[in-house]
Amino acid sequence: MTDLATYNFAYLDEQTKRMIRRAILKAIAIPGYQVPFASREMPMPYGWGTGGVQVTAAIIGPEDVLKVIDQGADDTTNAVSIRAFFQKVANVAVTTHTKDATIIQTRHRIPEQKLGAGQVLVYQVPIPEPLRFLEPRETETRKMHALEEYGLMHVKLYEDIARHGRISTTYAYPVKVAGRYVMDPSPTPKFDNPKMHMSEALQLFGAGREKRIYAVPPYTEVVSLDFEDHPFEIQKFEQPCALCGAQGVYLDEVVLDDKGGRMFVCSDTDHCEDRREHGHAGEMLAPNKEAAE
Amino acid sequence: MTDTPLLKVSGVSKFYGSRIGCKDVSFELWPGEVLAIVGESGSGKTTLLNCLSTRLMPTTGSIEYRMRDGNFRDLYHMSEAERRFLMRTDWGFVHQNPADGLRMTVSAGANVGERLMAIGDRHYGNIRETASDWLTRVEISTDRIDDQPRAFSGGMRQRLQIARNLVTGPRLVFMDEPTGGLDVSVQARLLDLVRGLVNDLGLSAIVVTHDLAVARLLSHRMMVMKDGHVIEHGLTDRVLDDPREPYTQLLVSSILQV
Repeated sequence: MTDLATYNFAYLDEQTKRMIRRAILKAIAIPGYQVPFASREMPMPYGWGTGGVQVTAAIIGPEDVLKVIDQGADDTTNAVSIRAFFQKVANVAVTTHTKDATIIQTRHRIPEQKLGAGQVLVYQVPIPEPLRFLEPRETETRKMHALEEYGLMHVKLYEDIARHGRISTTYAYPVKVAGRYVMDPSPTPKFDNPKMHMSEALQLFGAGREKRIYAVPPYTEVVSLDFEDHPFEIQKFEQPCALCGAQGVYLDEVVLDDKGGRMFVCSDTDHCEDRREHGHAGEMLAPNKEAAE
Repeated sequence: MTDTPLLKVSGVSKFYGSRIGCKDVSFELWPGEVLAIVGESGSGKTTLLNCLSTRLMPTTGSIEYRMRDGNFRDLYHMSEAERRFLMRTDWGFVHQNPADGLRMTVSAGANVGERLMAIGDRHYGNIRETASDWLTRVEISTDRIDDQPRAFSGGMRQRLQIARNLVTGPRLVFMDEPTGGLDVSVQARLLDLVRGLVNDLGLSAIVVTHDLAVARLLSHRMMVMKDGHVIEHGLTDRVLDDPREPYTQLLVSSILQV
């Protein structure tokens, strides 16, 4: 292999990383506040996690261990591509095990296994502004954040209840961070909102197209908005994971045929594999390893 | 307390470059009083209204408002947060075009409830109850509570806009041509409704209109504007029955008689 394609460590040049780190520091100092930053073009399309990739590139070091998940899975296109990208441009160790990772870049999910101090969770955010769909003017939403005028957020929840009888927002469920800023936790299911509260891990959010970075520092209060008579609830699943039998985890529905056959499996593939290795089995798990192959 | 005015306006002028928006306007508004500002298009009515309602900063002059604690505050010396809070609690603003004052993509109930949620109401049942109560008061059937204003007629939208503004019990309401764009029978009903609400709630209101009939029905006092200046000012009946200024006489005599 020639040295034709040589990159600076982690793709971005040092000045860019410095600029992003400054934005990250400011974001950590003001939990939930969206810090504008000079987002760069990345060698992937918008919507594939350009914001998350820039944040990861700015904070990653040679001794870091990276895990990338997409909808909880380590083996889907987006996750595989980003993992390969950082292997190539930073030559860092990668893993699929949540507990071994120091940096976890995610799209949509927070791993089932509780994150610990020293770990960093990097979210890829498509639309950072929680008020956007109700108030299209950026000047106005900034003013609303500045003056803490968040009545509009409840208008959205009111509409949910009026139409569906309950708060039907299931993802990107708005939260209030440290009692001040209302934040969009990116398109994570609301199932994961309680995990953000008082998390030991640092949580960073990067929106590449919208050029915003925000953060939730460790041990920060994150409260999901609700009404007194319609309190916040997370999704509940009727059956356990069909492969590992786990309960109280977030499940994906997999359609098996065109006759209504379906199964519900853990969205967090690492968690599911780990449980199976430890002898847990769901009702649809093949009896032994050979049969599965 | 009723001896003190609610709003004191002194020497308000607004220039657009070298052109005059409105010049040297002074008046006082008293609690429970409805003041009409009339004049032809381009006479500075709306500029003045925007200056009064903090939507447009005047070039000179001061506007003082008596807060609920009885103290006068200069509107343009308040912080923006205080001003916006005042606008959505103690004040109302009824736009000529209801689409400007409503959120067209959320239901009627949420439109009425928005101000309640903005001041910290977090009980869905209570908000909904208040909203349906207000819909009844502005003669919108409560089974329309979950419909979006897009599905409403012009008159209903305007009534919804009024309900949305009055839900927090404001003391002062600004109206910019509230009946513009409505046909006469709907106009009449709306005026009747507004008059009833103003009387029941003891509201003060400043109504901008080019329609002298609206001024006659709603207002106690009126100001006639021309080219940015207030040229005549007095009790509505006096101004309309015995106009002094040539321009006011022209205006009154231009009303079409059927």
